[in-house]
Amino acid sequence: MNRELKILAIIVILVGITYWGIEPYAHSVMHPHHEPATFKYEDLKPLNVKGDAARGKEAIVNNGCTGCHGIEAAGFPAPMDPVTASATYGVNPPDLSNIASVVDRKFLANFIKNPVHAALLEHKFSDSKPYPMPAFYGSDQDLADIVAYLESIAKKDISTREAYEVACMRCHNLKYDNLTVLGEKPKFKNDVERAEFELNLAKYEANLQNYLGTTPPDLSMYIRSRGPEYIRDFVENPQKILHGTAMPRVGLTEAATEKVIKHLEKVGDRKKEKRERLGVWVLLYFVILSVLAYLWKKEIWKEVI
Amino acid sequence: MAHFTKANSIYEWLDQRLALTKLWKVLAAEYWIPKNINFLWAMGVVLMTMFTILVISGIFLLMYYKPDTKLAFDSVNYTIMQEVWFGWLWRHMHAVAASVVFLVIYIHMFTAIYYASYKRGRELIWISGMLLFVTFSAEAFSGYMLPWGQMSYWAAQVITNLFGGIPFIGDELVIWIRGNFYVSDPTLTRFFMLHVFLLPLIILMLIGLHFYTLRIPHVNNQDGEDIDFDAEAEKYKAGLKKEAKVIPFWPVFLSKDFFVVSVFMIFYFYLVFYHYDFAMDPINFDPANPMKTPPHIYPEWYFLWSYEVLRGFFFDVGPLSAMDMGLIAFGIANVIFFFLPWFDKNDEVAPAHRRGGFFIWFWLLVFDMIILTIWGKLPPTGFNAYIGYVAAVGFLALFAALPALTARRRGLLMLVIITTLLLFIVGYMVYAETMESGIIVALLFLLFYALFFLSPVVVKRVGGAK
Ligand code: HEC
Ligand code: HEC
Ligand code: HEM
Repeated sequence: MNRELKILAIIVILVGITYWGIEPYAHSVMHPHHEPATFKYEDLKPLNVKGDAARGKEAIVNNGCTGCHGIEAAGFPAPMDPVTASATYGVNPPDLSNIASVVDRKFLANFIKNPVHAALLEHKFSDSKPYPMPAFYGSDQDLADIVAYLESIAKKDISTREAYEVACMRCHNLKYDNLTVLGEKPKFKNDVERAEFELNLAKYEANLQNYLGTTPPDLSMYIRSRGPEYIRDFVENPQKILHGTAMPRVGLTEAATEKVIKHLEKVGDRKKEKRERLGVWVLLYFVILSVLAYLWKKEIWKEVI
Repeated sequence: MAHFTKANSIYEWLDQRLALTKLWKVLAAEYWIPKNINFLWAMGVVLMTMFTILVISGIFLLMYYKPDTKLAFDSVNYTIMQEVWFGWLWRHMHAVAASVVFLVIYIHMFTAIYYASYKRGRELIWISGMLLFVTFSAEAFSGYMLPWGQMSYWAAQVITNLFGGIPFIGDELVIWIRGNFYVSDPTLTRFFMLHVFLLPLIILMLIGLHFYTLRIPHVNNQDGEDIDFDAEAEKYKAGLKKEAKVIPFWPVFLSKDFFVVSVFMIFYFYLVFYHYDFAMDPINFDPANPMKTPPHIYPEWYFLWSYEVLRGFFFDVGPLSAMDMGLIAFGIANVIFFFLPWFDKNDEVAPAHRRGGFFIWFWLLVFDMIILTIWGKLPPTGFNAYIGYVAAVGFLALFAALPALTARRRGLLMLVIITTLLLFIVGYMVYAETMESGIIVALLFLLFYALFFLSPVVVKRVGGAK
């Protein structure tokens, strides 16, 4: 075999071994394997009662849900502004209009019935430190009705941003998308408005920190720092990856999780598509250049060897 | 004064004043390179290309980067990566080039070692090359701090801390380097200055020096043949191009380099667009947080081998703590390659496969450095600690053995080998807790370091085979 190719082969093999050691192998050692997400929520019991949406609307008022949650779609505004709500509950209870567009049906029923259990936060909350949302003591029929109702009002096709807002925004900032835990950061008319907004934000964040015992990170760059698979598995079951974490299992469907990830990608890696498209052309350019360079080299070296 | 006549073209006008034709001849058209070389001799030009890419992409990044701990992260990850036209491309190119340049530097260095291009008149090429390596390392380290991500911060924290191990002045030195008691805003601003001004300036001057040192000895060739460049050049100029053993730098040598660079660019841009995580560590996309230590802190891949030499010593020896032992070895590892021309006691210039024991030595060194690199990333727990120890001691041992090996002093060589093997054994016993690290271990290390430092001084040089 040609000597130059032999040298090249040796280099490729040595670099390959080193690469394998410091990347795939080292990472598999540093990040222990966990089962990939299935989104089946198999630890939860299915609700085998058929619900009725019309009765659900009554049940939801009778059971006090609207005392904490707004349901804009049904004309129930949020009972408190986010900052006051966070001072009371630690976090702003999400508006329930589109909750069924992102949360799994079985999970939803289980969460309403016993939120701490469904969210996998039994290590954080107890009778002495109760969870802000009370458990549901009504009948299974009422529960099924509520779920049916929430499903009936939820938009069938929500945008990726809406999915993020419903599922994650109450805890996480997303500043590269101009989103804060209080919602979209408005345009300020003057410095007073800005200062007021920032004061409210600081208050909310302090309450949140007090409630969760830690500050949930801004998710703007998480698509690059954690990657899609990690986020997917983490959202499905945070405890599986960060044992004892304060982040609840929010019980998203697989489709909704993909939407959230898509959104994080639009925010944190917005040039991905462009990068992948341009890459092909640049590589093609250098392939052609290499061929031409080879021909030129041959031409020049003809004289000397 | 020189004689000036009316020029008939701009070129002629310039030529009269700047001697362009002559300059081009001296630098390129009649600068002679041996014909008997392979593509490894193109690595220097590949390095030059990578350095140019780094400078150009760096200038673009510099237009939007903000050296302030409050702004740095967003200026890179939002402004440059998302807002600026093709900012993401410049950043990816810069980060990947910074990593890949080390791969090429290592290939370039090991080529020089393999073909013995560091001695018999080429010592200064080697030393200026090593100076480039050290400055490049500092350049990479300072650059890695700039995005102010988690790894930027924690690597800076850990590495600057190492200077605290220097006796007497250590603690003050750390504060002096950081400009504060801990890594913080002043640290970022001064490393920014180093990264965009002082170090690139030094690198440029060193590249100049490196090329200058190449002039008189010329580059080596695949057989280590001692070529009479003047005589061969005359042959070439007389038209005996096929018989001459040399080729001119331009266009013959560069036409091949141009091909190698083009192929290398395919590899490089593939990494830039599709496979950049190894160079842009995901953890560094988390903003720096002094309150939250990442579970695994490791340097970039090209520092892993020396980092592992540092971590390899896991038990105290005599009055020295494990950390002291590590720091001593680490200090040595970082400068030892400078002294390679004086550890090699044989004047013969020949490729390793014609130098007997040196061939084995070369591959052991490559093997050991790969092990160090891989284990430098793995958590140093359990048996990994012992592997790190063997590889670290082994690294020093290779240099301790080199004078005896190249001067063919069998007795001395055996002594080094036996001492090293004993160190492996006692290390294992300490690891397995069947033995305390006591006086015997201390004496062994004393003997080991005595051999290490004395051999290159005491062993006499021997002539080459020819
Ligand atoms: C005392 C106030 C309170 C009441 C009453 C209340 N909730 Fe909540 N609810 C909360 C808070 C606070 C949260 C957010 C908790 C968190 O994310 O840590 C929440 C979260 C939720 C979620 C989001 C779950 C997820 O996975 O994201 C749903 C769905 C929900 N509540 C439904 C209901 C329904 C249905 C009722 C009525 C049966 C109800 N809540 C009554 C306070 C309340
Ligand atoms: C009730 C508040 C809450 C909600 C709702 C919430 N998170 Fe979190 N999240 C947290 C907290 C608290 C942490 C910090 C966990 C820790 O460090 O232990 C966290 C951490 C994370 C992390 C970082 C994990 C790591 O490796 O450090 C990711 C990613 C994440 N959340 C994604 C999401 C996504 C996506 C959603 C919406 C689908 C979401 N979170 C909804 C509270 C929340
Ligand atoms: C990034 C900086 C560097 C640049 C731009 C560079 C450039 C070059 C160039 C253009 C050559 C001539 C062609 C060749 O043999 O490749 C060369 C030769 C050489 N370089 Fe470097 N180099 C760099 C770093 C180093 C380092 C780190 C070392 C090792 C310590 C080194 C050691 C040598 C030696 C020994 C030669 C002579 C090779 C021979 O005679 O065959 N260089 N360098």
